[in-house]
Amino acid sequence: MGVQRKGANRVAEDPEELTRVPLQAILLADSFATKFRPITLERPKVLLPLVNVPMINYTLAWLESAGVEEVIVFCCAHSKQVIDYLKSSEWFSHPNFSVTTIESHNSISAGDALRVIYERNVINGDFVLISGDTVSNMSLTQVLKEHKERKKKDSNAVMTMVIRRSKPSPITRQSRLGTDELFMAIDPNTKQLLYYEDKADYSKGVICLDKLLLTDNPSISLHNDAQDCYIDICSPEVLSLFTDNFDYQHLRRHFVKALLVDDIMGYKIFTHEIHSSYAARIDNFRSYDTISKDIIQRWTYPFVPDVKFFGNSATKLERQGMYRASEVVQSRSAEIGPFTVIGNGTKIESNTKISNSVVGEGCTIGSNVSIEGSYIWDNVIIEDDCKIMHAIVCDGVVMKSGAVLEPGVVLSFKVVIGQQFVVPSYSKVSLHPQPIKQDSDEELEYADDSSGVVEILSITSTLEGSKEAMTSQLLEKQSWPTYELGTGGVGYVWSVCEGSHEEEWRHSIAPIPADKLAEAMQTTDDDLVLLTHDGSVLPTAGELKPDYNDSDDDVNEDSRGDSFETEAEATFLRAVHENIEEGSAILELNTLRMSCTKSCADAAGVIFYSMMKLSLETPHSSPSELFNNAMNVITQWQKLLKSFLTDIDDQIEVILKFEEMCLESAMEFSPLFSQILWLLYDKEIIQEDAILKWDDEKKDADDLDKVFVKKSEEFIKWLREAPEEEDEEVGED
Amino acid sequence: MDFQVVVLAGGASKNLIPLVSKEVPKPLLPVANRPVLSYVLELLEQSNLKDLIVVVEGQDAAVRVGGWISGAYVGRLRVEVAAVPEDVGTAGALRAIAHRLTAKDIMVVSGDLVSDVPPGAVAAAHRRHDAVVTAMLCSAPVSGPSESGSSGGKDKTKKPGRYNIIGLDPTKQFLLYIATGAELEKDIRMQKSILRAVGQMEIRADLMDAHLYAFKRSVLQEVLDQKDTFQSLRQDVLPYLVRSQLKSEVLLNGAPQAEENGNEKVNPLKNQVMLSQILANVSTPSFHELYGLGTNGSTRRTHKCCVYIASNSKYCMRLNSIQAFSDVNRDVIGEASHLSGYSFSAQNNIIHPSAGLGSKTTVGPHCMLGEGSQMGDKCSVKRSVIGRHCRIGSNVKVANSVIMNHVTIADGCSIQGSVICSNVQLQERVVLKDCQVGAGFVVTAGSECKGEALAKKEK
Repeated sequence: MGVQRKGANRVAEDPEELTRVPLQAILLADSFATKFRPITLERPKVLLPLVNVPMINYTLAWLESAGVEEVIVFCCAHSKQVIDYLKSSEWFSHPNFSVTTIESHNSISAGDALRVIYERNVINGDFVLISGDTVSNMSLTQVLKEHKERKKKDSNAVMTMVIRRSKPSPITRQSRLGTDELFMAIDPNTKQLLYYEDKADYSKGVICLDKLLLTDNPSISLHNDAQDCYIDICSPEVLSLFTDNFDYQHLRRHFVKALLVDDIMGYKIFTHEIHSSYAARIDNFRSYDTISKDIIQRWTYPFVPDVKFFGNSATKLERQGMYRASEVVQSRSAEIGPFTVIGNGTKIESNTKISNSVVGEGCTIGSNVSIEGSYIWDNVIIEDDCKIMHAIVCDGVVMKSGAVLEPGVVLSFKVVIGQQFVVPSYSKVSLHPQPIKQDSDEELEYADDSSGVVEILSITSTLEGSKEAMTSQLLEKQSWPTYELGTGGVGYVWSVCEGSHEEEWRHSIAPIPADKLAEAMQTTDDDLVLLTHDGSVLPTAGELKPDYNDSDDDVNEDSRGDSFETEAEATFLRAVHENIEEGSAILELNTLRMSCTKSCADAAGVIFYSMMKLSLETPHSSPSELFNNAMNVITQWQKLLKSFLTDIDDQIEVILKFEEMCLESAMEFSPLFSQILWLLYDKEIIQEDAILKWDDEKKDADDLDKVFVKKSEEFIKWLREAPEEEDEEVGED
Repeated sequence: MDFQVVVLAGGASKNLIPLVSKEVPKPLLPVANRPVLSYVLELLEQSNLKDLIVVVEGQDAAVRVGGWISGAYVGRLRVEVAAVPEDVGTAGALRAIAHRLTAKDIMVVSGDLVSDVPPGAVAAAHRRHDAVVTAMLCSAPVSGPSESGSSGGKDKTKKPGRYNIIGLDPTKQFLLYIATGAELEKDIRMQKSILRAVGQMEIRADLMDAHLYAFKRSVLQEVLDQKDTFQSLRQDVLPYLVRSQLKSEVLLNGAPQAEENGNEKVNPLKNQVMLSQILANVSTPSFHELYGLGTNGSTRRTHKCCVYIASNSKYCMRLNSIQAFSDVNRDVIGEASHLSGYSFSAQNNIIHPSAGLGSKTTVGPHCMLGEGSQMGDKCSVKRSVIGRHCRIGSNVKVANSVIMNHVTIADGCSIQGSVICSNVQLQERVVLKDCQVGAGFVVTAGSECKGEALAKKEK
């Protein structure tokens, strides 16, 4: 604000300053993600209390202090709640700071939101684009100045992203904010962003930078230690870009990446690094935890509990980072540890211990309760002897005596936990049943893959509408199964979606378990192994390194199938030629099979095929020699083949494969068909049941298909008679 | 200093045909009338690195180089000359002389380096970090890339040529990535793991690998032994070491350790030592050490690849192409004249006292005229080197060229941007532009050539 006032006072030498427009900001009051489910089913994310103050207040208070004059709040999910909240707060009546809202019900992404805003035609100049879950105390003066100056020189510089340096450790990002790791390439001189990769795809251990980047810039700095603050200074062109490209959904994944690769329009994105000020975005439960702690530890000053900004009540800072509201009733024997916030009107009874936690307003906490690293929102009743570790407990929850919350639990609004009940780690409990997963393409596209849950906004909005009805309906239904939440428990335990189970620890507020940490480190190691392995097959001097396969990621399923066959064959041949042990060959083939998601039958077929091919390629002059070759190969590698023959169907697959070979690729085997079949039987590779079943299956086939059945007719006949013989033998014994 | 130096002098380099010949192998090509090898040898001598092995490709060439060295450096340097077969590559050459290497660290330098960067500084950087390899980097020369061949010194592209793509850590001490040769034409593929370990990496395209390396001997020998397909230090050995630095496969300190499929045994003693070192050390540990500590007490084997970046004011050039030959000659008598070791006259040129100039003949600045050369009347020489005992007629113009020894140039010739080897005869009114003339060639009267390589047919 200061800067602009100065500009206005200056003599009118700069025409731009004359036609000065007030600084605007677009605040997206919807994260378009599902990471805060189930809480966000009932209340929008921006209204969730962060150290007892709704998140949006941090964002608005910062925007106000940073000199923004007009904020456009875009509401989507639970828009009514957001608007009602803003109306009831003082934000609408603030001088020099106007807050307006735009409501939309069918936007499902940030891209949609910006398109709606573009249509409304409310943006007149450069604007700040943030989401309502941003906590910051940075000054915008410098970055705005840089952005304007760049814009003057180069009209293509449409956006400036704020980044912040974090500690360079492979797991810091994970342990701090729970976000994916981010790789960026930035021109050290112009600060232009050249590359942005936020989805850590662990299967790829390399970053691929376009060679053209270096022709334009003699040096590039590549960052793994930068954190994207999700604070963007945008030119009005950004909005029209979103409108022109209706497929842009996600700000980073679509918009930023598209601009970076697009060299026709030549739009450029720049970065601004902040050093001493704070900026972070609450993306998931883990960052909720981290940022809460940062607020308590005063990194976000002046937005801390004991400084009055909008929406917080008076609290007093005591020693060791302990904040206590004025009207706390606390028993003498209750212990309140460091870095804890206790809200107004909360009662704490004897022998209760609370540390590193936030307790909201009007809570009643019984005696002998221990609360560690947790977030208790307003009006929660916790009875005696409860134990809460690293959990989030929303408004109105009742925990009956002796209930225990293990690390990572989230209890949504008004859940009741029965007596002595232990809620297992990472459980999410809500009065609302878990929405059924729908996979409409559109939604899948923008939904965060790592969250695993697909956001279904239509459901959310209908839920909102019928919320009251539903809640009452739920309450009527008195008979909650006791196994879910104990006697008297009320709520649904959400099941963790397939695939996201392992992700659960990443985003939860619970400390990362040691084994997961080790695992995370291991992944970084594995990348390395992969690469060194790659490196060991080095080109000799002057020889080009062949292009890695992974450059064509879009190989479809079919070609992958082919590659499995050739790979498996190559693996087998390598095992033969390099005398690799059977055990390791089996392991290798199995890994290959899994990675290509092939069944055992497929693998067995391929292996058998390669075995036959091998014996065919071994020099021979007559069919009998060929048979001998085949016998040798089969005898030597029978164990390998057997390990992939788990059941009769697999064995039939081998026979069919053999048939196919004899017909097409290796006609030489056709006279030997029955002999080799016998051999396989003799070596116990193929059981007689399989052969008989094969025979049965072929009964109805045309004659052409029955050539080989006919050839082995005698053998089959013998087989059909043989069991009796065996039985007789057994009988004789 | 416990450093052994290996000078890879090369032999009949294909890039330099027709300049090199049986009589003049690459190490003996003249730069300002001195063999190019002498620049490296004197540079090493200045850093007190006097224990040298000069590796020459081909027996004949070795004999010639050996003869020259023993004459010129007797009593100053301890030089062994070793001959290796041709086309074994730089790694092959080192393999061939591996048994002679005994010192703790080995410095490998290319014999065609013309530079004033002290190798001692590279050695010091190497020792300071206890690195397995330290490479010297210098800014990439401004002239067009070597492929542009005989395009002449004048129309050089303003853009620096791309020789390497190099990744450095923020302190610019460690080498994290290097791409050479054909890899330059492709997209850059960066290991994420190393980026994770170091946090930030600077990628530079304006640096060049100067082919001066310090290696830990045990590591160098091990890599050469185990990776028998490696042919080139620059393209195979160095990139391999850089790539595997966080997952070291080489045995440090020569102490054999049990290899266990990537899961190295935890060495509690070593770990403790490391920890205490880090705790006690005033300087912050390098990312290698931090990474090596791992998370749960297990140590990971890492090794360090360091760089020494020569400052921009230093001169550093490799004579590995015809273009480079002209450039180096021009620079040594021009902007990098301190390298030549001669003292320049007031006119900024060197004319040997025994050289004779006819009337109205001018020799401009940045020129050199060797011992006993004679020039006729009305000649003009600009930015050129003329060797010993040349006979130059009247009305001859020489610009931006190198003329070696015993060359005869008849009246009225004009030579621009060309290289004329020893014993060449140019008859009357020959006009050469951007040409190379091989040793002993005779250019007939009145020929006009542009951008050609003229040489006698090989027998």
